[in-house]
Amino acid sequence: MAEIRVNPTRMELKKLQGRYTTARRGHKLLKDKRDELMKQFLEVVREDKLLREKVEAALEKFYRGFTVASASGHPKMLEEALLCPKNEASLKVSYKNVMSVTVPAFEMNLSGDRLGDGFNYGLAFTSGELDVSIRELNSILGDILRMAELEKTAQLLAEEIERTRRRVNALEYIMMPQYLTAIKSIKMKLDENERGNTTRLMKVKDMMLKEQLQSNTEEDE
Amino acid sequence: MYKIGIIGERDSVLGFMALGFSVHEAQNAEEALIVLRTLVKSGEYAVIFLVEHFALSLSEELAAYKDMPLPAITVIPGHSGTTGYGMASIKNAVERAVGADILFKED
Repeated sequence: MAEIRVNPTRMELKKLQGRYTTARRGHKLLKDKRDELMKQFLEVVREDKLLREKVEAALEKFYRGFTVASASGHPKMLEEALLCPKNEASLKVSYKNVMSVTVPAFEMNLSGDRLGDGFNYGLAFTSGELDVSIRELNSILGDILRMAELEKTAQLLAEEIERTRRRVNALEYIMMPQYLTAIKSIKMKLDENERGNTTRLMKVKDMMLKEQLQSNTEEDE
Repeated sequence: MYKIGIIGERDSVLGFMALGFSVHEAQNAEEALIVLRTLVKSGEYAVIFLVEHFALSLSEELAAYKDMPLPAITVIPGHSGTTGYGMASIKNAVERAVGADILFKED
């Protein structure tokens, strides 16, 4: 691990200690954020998984009915029946803030004259299978949009979690140990200087005492 | 107001016309890519559904849109049945976030 090269002064020590405290607080906060994000994420993903299973099963049923319907009539019949939809689906998008991640929330808007049945074709020239399969599709419309919303949310949250986790790890395993070693090395250097100073003083004192003694004996003689 | 788009081959997407989705046909993955880019670029679509077997060969393109809030590109199975791509993408998201697959382990 690369160490931080610093001047062993009290000012640097103070600065590093401040940085270390900030890093520790940031680390704690980010860790909390990560945990909460993870909780939200798992909730979203669990719901998404259930929805996807449901939607995929329903779609399979729809396709089966639809294939039968297209096989039982003229190829143009289907196109004719479906080409002019009575209703147009549009979405209102609002944004939610989940732990400072902006995720979209969709709200379905159906416009057009919807006559209750949801069919936009006459029943005379189409087969019953088509009606059944379209009804099947209609019934999962809400689910499929909710699934889109959840999947987007999951992707965005996953990105944020990944980023937060990296930050937490960088602080925990790189930044904080680096600061600690730098602080330790400064402290040792300062202590060493201090000890050097004390011994020098003691030495000087000894020399002065010796000198004093010598001059005293000279005077006595 | 945003639109809902769906891209896929004819047999898969025709039915969605009845729901009022804006339906875009594509015969193959290259066509789907061109359509997808136009739809994303137009900015009118909040949700774009893409049929699974196209998504398989477009996964790089899809990864680029993953971190944008809109549009939400969701993969749905086509008329030939599911390939498990949609579930795999949920799994990927979990692995990305958690670092390990903790959701599908018991399956």
